[in-house]
Amino acid sequence: MEKLYTKNKSKNTLVKAKPETIQFLLSYSKSLNITEAEGLQFESNLN
Amino acid sequence: MVVQVEDSQLVKQYIQGDERAIEALINRHNSRLTGFIYSKVGDRELTEDIFQDTFMKVIRTLKRGAYNEEGKFLPWVMRIAHNLVIDHFRKHNRMPMYNSKESYNIFSLLGDDRLNAEKQLIKEQIDSDLLRMIKELPEDQQEVLEMRIYKDMSFKEISDNTGVSINTALGRMRYALINLRKLVEANSIVLTN
Repeated sequence: MEKLYTKNKSKNTLVKAKPETIQFLLSYSKSLNITEAEGLQFESNLN
Repeated sequence: MVVQVEDSQLVKQYIQGDERAIEALINRHNSRLTGFIYSKVGDRELTEDIFQDTFMKVIRTLKRGAYNEEGKFLPWVMRIAHNLVIDHFRKHNRMPMYNSKESYNIFSLLGDDRLNAEKQLIKEQIDSDLLRMIKELPEDQQEVLEMRIYKDMSFKEISDNTGVSINTALGRMRYALINLRKLVEANSIVLTN
């Protein structure tokens, strides 16, 4: 059978968060400090 | 052999202070979570923001020791992302509906790849001109050209089918193209759409 010469380009692109976003999250994680005092939790960012 | 550490194990390591564990978790679920958010909001920048907020929430919850869904890390993260998407639409007082008002036009999203009527006519004209010229070629060249271009056969297959060597088939194809070019020039035909 003869082939149909249509171009089927995939319109799907791999969606991923940018490396900058990941880097920000890793820095955020490293800087976040939770302290507990008398049953209360305090968040602090050690930047 | 690569042994993949379970999410629950990575969560445990992270809670115990291993920062590399959160990196592994983020990278592992990056694509899936981003795809999930993007499917809801349809905007690349907004997806990035919600992804970031989701993991900030994840990090805070884990560091506080408030996470208690061991073994179900991804569904939990997805739920956080889903709630953030809902929050976003609530805040902006709209749901992700597609309408065709003002700057947004649904037809910019739903493309139609077909040619318009004029281009279709031109294409038909070109096709018929081309066919007419192909019929003017010597039979052996016609045969190779049809097999190669219209039937997408390899030169090996053409050679097997016609009983000539690959080199002969290649030569016939070459002459077919040269002759076609001559015919195009001789007939002053424009073959562009």
